[in-house]
Amino acid sequence: MNLATLKRQNHNLADTNRQISILDDHEGIGIPSFQEKLETIGLFPLKSTGIDIFQVNVGKMCNQVCKHCHVDAGPDRQEIMTRDTMMQILDAIGGTDVKTVDLTGGAPEMNPEFRWFVEQITEMGKSVIVRCNLTIILANPKYHDLPDFFKKHQVNVVSSLPYFAARRTDAQRGEGVFEKSIKALQMLNEVGYGMSDSDLKLDLVYNPSGAFLPGDQAELEQQFKQKLLEGYNVQFNELYAITNLPISRFLDYLITSENYEDYMHELVNAFNPAAAGGVMCRNTLSISWDGYLYDCDFNQMLDLKLEDAPVHISNFDLTATNERTIRISQHCFGCTAGAGSSCGGATT
Amino acid sequence: MKETYYNREDLGKFGKITEFQQELGDKFFDYYGSVFAPGSLTAREKSLIALAVAHAIQCPYCIDAYTSDGLKKGVDEEQMMEAIHVAAAIRGGASLVHGVQMMNQVKDKMM
Repeated sequence: MNLATLKRQNHNLADTNRQISILDDHEGIGIPSFQEKLETIGLFPLKSTGIDIFQVNVGKMCNQVCKHCHVDAGPDRQEIMTRDTMMQILDAIGGTDVKTVDLTGGAPEMNPEFRWFVEQITEMGKSVIVRCNLTIILANPKYHDLPDFFKKHQVNVVSSLPYFAARRTDAQRGEGVFEKSIKALQMLNEVGYGMSDSDLKLDLVYNPSGAFLPGDQAELEQQFKQKLLEGYNVQFNELYAITNLPISRFLDYLITSENYEDYMHELVNAFNPAAAGGVMCRNTLSISWDGYLYDCDFNQMLDLKLEDAPVHISNFDLTATNERTIRISQHCFGCTAGAGSSCGGATT
Repeated sequence: MKETYYNREDLGKFGKITEFQQELGDKFFDYYGSVFAPGSLTAREKSLIALAVAHAIQCPYCIDAYTSDGLKKGVDEEQMMEAIHVAAAIRGGASLVHGVQMMNQVKDKMM
């Protein structure tokens, strides 16, 4: 398994323009453009419905190098959000009705200001989601108390686990990740996360470990619950089935494994108008480690900044942001396939 | 030379069989959809049966389709291979059980 990020490899896909030029050539692979698809259902231009969620990417540093990572995160990534940028975000949040702040990365816990930021957000009365990769809890003694920290601040922990067995999990996320993830889940259960008699919410994210789309979310949740309880005495609340979008390292995997064309066709064939109406970019604002604003975390990783609103948190304009047109490209087919896909799982 | 047998792209054209016979094609696809909907068996169980049958009838289109379908539904590698062994066991057993007929015939013919 290649453990280096695309950036570290000086890979041509580390250049977002290269990724976009591959995605833009839809005629070359015989599929329509995403814009054409939206036009057929009267949804173009795609407009924001108003921000409900701030999704903050606090940095690209991570203790893992997952094969499908759309962030191209890894231990070598130095992009980390500073406290100054976090303060600008807190100022912006203060002027909105946003109720949820969704923290992602990288491993967000590796940002030195992570705990301070969570404390500040919860003091404002906002709820916090942390996208925790699980293994970070065991990566270093300084992270062992994360379950208690999460509990103290009533954080909704959302964690990736692509399968309820080691082979597929480790193939996607690295050797030994499954075993450590199970241990971390048990630690979270011990403090009350995911337990039926507790309001501490622990949700899992299922990403397919290959070039296929996720199946029915409810059926997968049922399987995961049964297998994790029987095999490891692990409990959780909800399973979110998320489609892998064809960008960054997953795009590299698709091209290298010669699955790119088939996968794009599968996404287009599974286009669901109802899912298109409910895409998360319509009610989310995505903020990068350096304070730039995007419609979603995927647009962030393709460096597609907001189109008709101020593009930096220091100039945040709620009205313009709420009324903006969403920037789209071919990767958007990933969020409109089948039952739809968002950071909260299926959308229909 | 034009390829004529088992082109993988043809799987995606399955729905077009209605071009030559609309009514029967529509009835087939309606029936097909109903068969694979969750019922007394789950959609996952039906997918595994389909995978096993696909191997018994050695249909490459069906093998591709129900391998992908199984992956989507969270079926693991061992389950898929066990399903194929069920198909193989029945195929092998079907040959061998005819051995009884051979034995009967032998016993009828021999002193």
